Parts: sequence; C-alpha cells; structure tokens
Amino acid sequence: MKFKIIFTLICLFSFSIINAQNKHDHDHDHDHSSQHDHTGHDHSKGGHDHSGHNHAKGGHDSDSGHELDCSHAGNHHEGEFDPGATAFHHIADANVYSIGPIQIPLPCILYNKNSGLDFFMSNKFGFHSLGHGDGHYAYKGYVLDGGTVRMIQDANFPKEKTEIKGIIHDHETNEAFVCANGKMWPTYNNSTADFGLFGGGITPFFDFSITKNVMTMLIIFLFSFWLFRKVAKAYKTREGLAPTGVQGFMETMFVFIQDEVCKPFLGDKYMKYQPFLMSLFFFILFLNLFGQIPFFGGSNVTGNLAFTFILALFAFLVTNLSGNKHYWQHVLNMPGVPGWVKIILTPVEVLGLFIKPITLMLRLCANITAGHMVIIIFVSFIFIFSQNGAVPAGGWAAVIPSGLLSFFMMAIELLVAFIQAFVFTILTASYIGAAVEDAHGHEDDHGHELAH
Amino acid sequence: MGGSIAAIGMGLAVIGAGIGVGNIGAKAMEAIARQPEAVGDIRSNMILMAALVEGAALIAIIFSYLVK
Repeated sequence: MKFKIIFTLICLFSFSIINAQNKHDHDHDHDHSSQHDHTGHDHSKGGHDHSGHNHAKGGHDSDSGHELDCSHAGNHHEGEFDPGATAFHHIADANVYSIGPIQIPLPCILYNKNSGLDFFMSNKFGFHSLGHGDGHYAYKGYVLDGGTVRMIQDANFPKEKTEIKGIIHDHETNEAFVCANGKMWPTYNNSTADFGLFGGGITPFFDFSITKNVMTMLIIFLFSFWLFRKVAKAYKTREGLAPTGVQGFMETMFVFIQDEVCKPFLGDKYMKYQPFLMSLFFFILFLNLFGQIPFFGGSNVTGNLAFTFILALFAFLVTNLSGNKHYWQHVLNMPGVPGWVKIILTPVEVLGLFIKPITLMLRLCANITAGHMVIIIFVSFIFIFSQNGAVPAGGWAAVIPSGLLSFFMMAIELLVAFIQAFVFTILTASYIGAAVEDAHGHEDDHGHELAH
Repeated sequence: MGGSIAAIGMGLAVIGAGIGVGNIGAKAMEAIARQPEAVGDIRSNMILMAALVEGAALIAIIFSYLVK
C-alpha cells in the first residue's frame, strides 16, 4: 500500500519534470492549409461532433515556398480536413482538459530563464470554452496554441494580457509564430528530454504545468488509492468470510497476477517485489482503460513516450539494484564460455541490459498510441467522406461503417489494455527473477545457453 | 522520397508481424486439436506470445516514423 503511494508520487513528479509533452505537431501534408475540426472526441456510433466552430490552424502554412505572413492569422475559415494533424493533436498532451466539447483550464507552471517561474491558470490565455484551445491573448510572454503553451522568444514582448491576432505554423521546422501588434514573433516550444528525436530538445522554456496527462495521473492515483483502501478494509472487517463486491473482483485480478506472474518468476522472494509489480500492473491497466473513455478528456498517458520511459526506468532500477553476484557474473563474465567468445558476449549482454527496458517502453507506448490513432482515423472517415461538410451525403453514408469500425476497434483496445499491462508486468517480473535467482543447478551449461 | 521509403519500411514490419502472429495462431490451433482439454492454457500463452511479437513490429513502426 505504501509502495503504491510512493511509486505513484514518484511517477507524477518525474513525469512533470521530464516535460512529457510529446507534441507530434508536425503534419505530413505540406500542401494543404492544415486545419482540423474538433473530432476525435466523438466516438459514439452515428454521432457528429458538437463543437462550436471549425477553424484553420492559422494562416498560410508553407504551401508555396516558405512564405509566412500574418495576413491570414486567426482567420476562421473552412478548408481541407487534415486527419494526420487531428490524430496527432488528439493523442498529444495539452494544457487544457476537455470533457466532451467543454474545455477546462488547467494550472500552468512555466519557467524560463528570463522571468523565472510563473504560475497561473490557463484560462488567462482567453480560449473559448467550447472552442479549440487556441488562446486569444498572450500572457506574460506565453501563448496557448491549440492546447499547448509556447513562449515568445523576444523578452520585450509586453508581459500583461495582450491580444494576439493568431498563431501561424511553419510545418517544415515545426515552429510557430505569434502575430500580434503588427509583427511576427517567433516562439520557443517547451523543452523535452528526447535529445531532439521527436523534434524536441532543450530550449530556454520549461513547462512544468499540470497538463492533461498529469491531471489524469492524479485522478487515477486518487481513484486507485480509494479502491484499494476499500478492498483492504473489506479484508480486515470480513476476516474469514468469502469476499464480496469489489473485494471479490479485485481479488480475482490480484491473485491472478500473483499466481501467474509473481510466484513463477520470483520463487520464494516474491513478496519483496510484489508491491512494485502490482502497482505497475494496476497503474498501467487503469491508465490504459481511462484513455479509452470517449468524451472524458481522451488522455493518452500510457501512449506518451516519456511516461513509459519512467516506468521502464523504474523496472531497470529495480532489476539492476537487486541483482546479486550471480546475475552480474552472468552479464559481465559469463562462466563456462571461452575467452574469445567473452569479448563479443560481454558487450552484447551489457547492451541487452539497456535494450530490455527500452523495448518495454516502446512496446507499451506504441501499442496504446496505435490503438488511439486508429480510432481517431476511423472517426475522421466521416469528415473525410463529407469533405469537411461540403458533401453531407458522403458524411451520412460514412456514419455507419465508421461507427462499426470504431466499435470494433474500441473492443480490441479494451483487450489490448489488459494484455499490455500484463505483458509489461510479466516481462519486468522475469527480468527481476533473472536478477535475484540463486546459483543452484546450472553452473556448467552456460556454453549452451543463448546470449539472452 | 524519404517519407515513402519509411512507409515501405512500415509495411515490411507489418508483414513480419503478420507472419509471426499467423504462425502462433496456427500452432495453437494444432495444439488445441491434439489436446482439447488444454485449451485454456494454450489460449493464454498464445495471446501473450502474440503481444510480444506485435511489440517488435510496433517498435519498427515507431522507428520508421522517426525518419523524416
């Protein structure tokens, strides 16, 4: 119980430190003026979205040469629907929490080198509560652009609430420019710890806000705390009686994980690692399932690479810090193989030490993200076939196939939620089991073992 | 041109996943036919192995997406 709380708190803290705003802002369609509707929140069969208005992402976005100007910034005009941009927008993190069509502001905790730490609610950006998360005001040198905060590079931009005309994007370089006071102001994205892999990197702007993903993790943390306290109290008060209600339901899953995952892999020492493995399983499971609830924020926490990185980091630390002499000898100096093989084997084993948690991270992130994206694309069929409202008959014709496909895909996603939580836990258990197992029984046959 | 080669890479990764999961399913069917009372064990192991094989394919998809 205690471990669960500490584990979750460490997750939250490190999550917001690593700035898990995995914004996939780059579109792959460079020739459309990219704009997208408020889709993706409508997963009900046969429904249409009920947002306020469609609006372009702003301005001419590098369609002919690299001409960016502020003349069309902030224009709310119809255009071509961009499913790629919509999908990425809806699986990314955001500084507003959207329940259905309503956007709820979240606290922003922003730091930059010039003006230090700022703390304010994101409704200071003046976004329409039924709109799209585009702020109409710049506040303290920050703007809200499609749900994410960007910092204006120039420190001389006025710090009080200033009206901005709009924000335009350069899709080649994934930068945004704020159009205000008749000028174009370049902006910084927030720093991400991905070494530039996903278009991120370290900038002077650090975003420690309570974003949608952090809010979701807090909700799940409180929910699972309440749930497991209830189950534990039920065990105490109903000692010796058969379990009922939620206690019975959780006991099924708990005993399943204990008997299938903890005991076979960890043997006698399973009680030492069981709190960690149980926390891992239930946290990932609840977050996966929460991300599937249609209108409730659509928060994609487990599909966020930084979050799964932290989970894999915990698995890595627990495995390697509890490795005994037998384990390290197997990794660095495998007994029973000739010397010339060891020269090749030891680097491979050391690489394997890192690759195993990396695959844990990528497997969970890719499975959940892929599922979310497929559902968003299926729902976008309605908008693609109706050419974004231009051909309503196409839209009506696409409703039933799109709804059926989305239903089918969401059923698969429920299965995937359980399976991926289970696979993460069972692989972590097997790595920990390999690290803590005793030496009896197999010292002589390492020449016949595979490298890992 | 870089974008379309990445798409070809993704397609190849999915071919690998299809072959892998198909093999798992085929062997599982054969095993169930040989010993029908073990169907529960076989089914859960089959799903677990399929998740691991799909994981490899999805990792390939993520990496081919990183190619700009």
